[in-house]
Amino acid sequence: MRYLPLTPEDRTEMLARIGAPSVDALFADIPADKLLADLPDLPRRKGEMEVERALSRLAARNVAAGSVPFFVGAGAYRHHVPASVDHLIQRSEFLTSYTPYQPEIAQGTLQYLFEFQTQVAELTGMEVANASMYDGSTAAAEAVLMAHRVTKRGKAVLAGNLHPHYAQTIATVSHYAEVPLLRLAPQPTGPDDVSAAIDETVSCVVVQCPDVFGNLVDLKPIAEKAHAAGALLIAVFTEAVSLGLVEPPGAQGADIVVGEGQSIGNPLTFGGPYVGLFATRAKFVRQMPGRLAGETVDAEGRRGFVLTLSTREQHIRREKATSNICTNSGLCALAFTIHLSLLGEAGLTRLARINHAAACDLADRLAALDGVSVLNESFFNEFTIRVAGHAAEVIEKLAAKGILGGVPYSRLAPDAGLDDLILIAATETSTDEDRAAYAAALKEVLA
Amino acid sequence: MSDVRYTKDHEYVRIDGDIAVIGISDYAQSQLGDVVFVELPEVGKTVKQGAEAAVVESVKAASEVYAPVSGEVVEINPDLEAAPGAVNEDAEGKGWFVKLKLANPAELDGLMDAAAYAAFVETLS
Amino acid sequence: MNREGRGATAPQSASETRPATFTGNRALDLEEGLLFEIGRQEVTGVDLDEPATFAPRLGGQERTAPLGLPGLTEPEAMRHYVRLSRMNYGIDSGLFPLGSCTMKHNPRLNERMARLAGFADIHPLQPVSTVQGALELMGELSRYLLTLTGMDAVALTPKAGAHGELCGMMAIKAAHEANGRKPTIVVVPESAHGTNPATAALLGYQVKSIPARADGTVDVEEVKKALSQDVAAIMLTNPNTCGLFEPDVVAIAEAVHAVGAYFYADGANFNAILGKVRVGDLGVDAMHINLHKTFSTPHGGGGPGAGPVVLSKALAPFAPAPALVTDGDTLRLVEQQGAVGAEQALGRMSAFHGQMGMFVRALAWMLSHGADGMRQAAEDAVLSANYIRASLQDVMSAPFATRPAMHEALFDDAWLEGTGLSTLDVAKALIDEGYHPMTVYFPLVVHGAMLIEPTESESKASLDLFIATLRDLALAAKAGEKERFLGAPHYAPRRRLDETRAARAPVLRWVKPQAIAEAAE
Repeated sequence: MRYLPLTPEDRTEMLARIGAPSVDALFADIPADKLLADLPDLPRRKGEMEVERALSRLAARNVAAGSVPFFVGAGAYRHHVPASVDHLIQRSEFLTSYTPYQPEIAQGTLQYLFEFQTQVAELTGMEVANASMYDGSTAAAEAVLMAHRVTKRGKAVLAGNLHPHYAQTIATVSHYAEVPLLRLAPQPTGPDDVSAAIDETVSCVVVQCPDVFGNLVDLKPIAEKAHAAGALLIAVFTEAVSLGLVEPPGAQGADIVVGEGQSIGNPLTFGGPYVGLFATRAKFVRQMPGRLAGETVDAEGRRGFVLTLSTREQHIRREKATSNICTNSGLCALAFTIHLSLLGEAGLTRLARINHAAACDLADRLAALDGVSVLNESFFNEFTIRVAGHAAEVIEKLAAKGILGGVPYSRLAPDAGLDDLILIAATETSTDEDRAAYAAALKEVLA
Repeated sequence: MSDVRYTKDHEYVRIDGDIAVIGISDYAQSQLGDVVFVELPEVGKTVKQGAEAAVVESVKAASEVYAPVSGEVVEINPDLEAAPGAVNEDAEGKGWFVKLKLANPAELDGLMDAAAYAAFVETLS
Repeated sequence: MNREGRGATAPQSASETRPATFTGNRALDLEEGLLFEIGRQEVTGVDLDEPATFAPRLGGQERTAPLGLPGLTEPEAMRHYVRLSRMNYGIDSGLFPLGSCTMKHNPRLNERMARLAGFADIHPLQPVSTVQGALELMGELSRYLLTLTGMDAVALTPKAGAHGELCGMMAIKAAHEANGRKPTIVVVPESAHGTNPATAALLGYQVKSIPARADGTVDVEEVKKALSQDVAAIMLTNPNTCGLFEPDVVAIAEAVHAVGAYFYADGANFNAILGKVRVGDLGVDAMHINLHKTFSTPHGGGGPGAGPVVLSKALAPFAPAPALVTDGDTLRLVEQQGAVGAEQALGRMSAFHGQMGMFVRALAWMLSHGADGMRQAAEDAVLSANYIRASLQDVMSAPFATRPAMHEALFDDAWLEGTGLSTLDVAKALIDEGYHPMTVYFPLVVHGAMLIEPTESESKASLDLFIATLRDLALAAKAGEKERFLGAPHYAPRRRLDETRAARAPVLRWVKPQAIAEAAE
């Protein structure tokens, strides 16, 4: 077996040193009647070529986004990732290293995490950020739990235009942690009036911008209302590229900012692994979940980095930890930080403008069709249309024509009674031809 | 030095009139190693004897500090936030944690005096 | 003393005479500044054309101030990150005996497979008719996991071990709720991973800790004493964190079930029993599986992981959304709580359908090994751990050595008594010898623990050199060669780092030097 270096002779010698008659003797603590003699239902070992053949056959049964005009978003976005990003994250020393608990031989990981934290803080307009979370949705759930700790209150208000998967993730944790939750109804045309729901019992209000329908939200009045009531504003984003063009949530008064970082540096990969971004104000840092890299010096006075404030974490505090999380999303954070370093502020801003221009162009083309209305007054690279008919069927018909045309809102929230809405994203990866093809195909489907 | 008493959990209480000054013993700080953060209660909070009153953190550990006596928090050490190292340098002096308004002086009777505590610490090593 | 395979010169004395360099570099040991010190705000390494003039529709939300993000051209970026990578130790660098982390070889075929456009370039919300191959892969991975564990259902969405643990414990809480019960206690042995009590507490349970027996295993009588109608579950790691298989596991499961509680198994140590025993046969109700441990998906410097949870028949109805359903020839995803087939589901653990990139890698590993290779992997991992323990028992102290070890060899610090050295010093000295240290100070139930997990990926020559190195260190420690330990590491990119300073006055991000100066005024 190509991955197993021990030879039969090695095994015999090793057993002799141990003083065990056979390998089976090492498994003597397993009840004998439970030990398996074999796994008859699974095949034998395979060579590289056979494995590659088997998995390539499965891969070929999927329609890759890059092979068709592609406009699917709703929390995951297709962007071009420079070739160097994927090369660098496959460097052995990044790929096969562990959580940097031995900082003297993990300065590479610790330094890029420190750089990542700084980039996330700057991007969101916040003071501090952690070394990443699993993804945007779990980061949002952690943010709600953190708001409860900070405010010592237990009720969260979720904007109706929060991505339904995010709302469901928060709802699951809230249910099992036994804290109340108020979920408002979706308002596809915006604005989503969360301010009215804020009172002195509320720990936090969770607002997404751009929201799930693509609307841009003015967070400032919501922040003012929340702060007046002693509650925190948690700002959520699912499209990190939007921050190249849109006012950062930190500048609008957000207390915690969480988001999905996938769209910078990371491929779609059918939903994961992604990277959750989590930023907050310095005064809340000890209530923040997740790992943190911090600067210090070594015994010779040279600058170095360590994981710090780890007394917040599960392996020290056990049942008093701020969170039960121990894995973050290191390699996806690395992809994020490399891509963002390559973009720089100038590149990110331009990338964001190209995205916005593509979406504006597509919105204009689709708005011109009979039976289509664009609901948004404002948007970044994603908007919502109302079609005459059933959105899910329209999407299937478009797929049959070789166009992946977006997400029917009913797929995210079947009970919302919004069966005629389609969420449509256009990024820099869409061409003029793609957008023209979409408009032409949608016209035929609706005819 | 005024009257100082100790608990088996290594908190001390120094009585100054009706005020009880509370912190961790010099032995406790030596066991903890470098103190990096002290989480203190809010002024005005009432704590009961034996209940968690503060948390002291070293690099690798976080330990609860239990109130040796009951009372209302009247003051917290303002210097510990910026300089938690004071706990290591002078645990039973400028490294104090909180001042309580003593609710029940009789609670002191159950605590060790300096000599008894020194003997207790001897048994631990 | 054994210096096999090492250089002949004695580096200690040489270091004092080495001249300083102008750059601070030492040949291939290159220092590297922070991105913010080498990047510039106007520079970009991505060529993009400005879009044609258009009317923006940002609704007055346009950003007005600069963000302050630096940029690098591609050559600068390559150099920055390659230099950083060289300050890291990975599995490919050398033996990585980190107990309870299963740092086994990460096959590169798996990386290639995960990057096939049909997996990497598909969207979680594109029509299911266009992702049938992805669903089939998830189905195949599920079949393997269920076959290997003898369980009834699997939830694929949890993103890592701790998340899987949360999922499994939520399913247990949901099952109690469905049965109209509200038990409040979760029983956790002292030797458990820290995540176990953290998870139980997050779900509002009180944690009841039970001690270990003198031989390092859990006593079924202690479990029985802790059990009552008020107990929701026991959380047990098996093999346990001392590297031992719990011999009473079946009796423990029966006792737990007798009071209406469930048995949660922490699957962190699954590698030892892969293909040897099915946890379903032992009475387990829920177990998370760390694909990044047992199934070789890369640790990536701390993630991403993947933590699917297998569930018994009793808990299967409470699996979270989404669920994979077969309709004749096609597969579909039931994405909503309350939808057909998922009436009692506990909700959604995260957006979308799980860590697909990790699923591809894990399945590639399983296909490569097959049933025979997986059993062989478990046997080799256990054999190697026992070999290490047997080879070092005379110079280091191994508690609980009356039982066979599973895939980890546990030592304590009794052998260091009188040397003035600690477990940490041994760990740091190993760094100078070119190894990643073992897990130290865990499990908490032994003093100064050193937990060594070699995995199945090491050759006998590699194991022998590691053993010889530890033996040499042990003899040196006892001979009073303190400097080799107390100053260690001497040869790493950094000497020991000041963690107290980092924690007392945390610096968690870069700030412009001029901003620091202004703030000080």
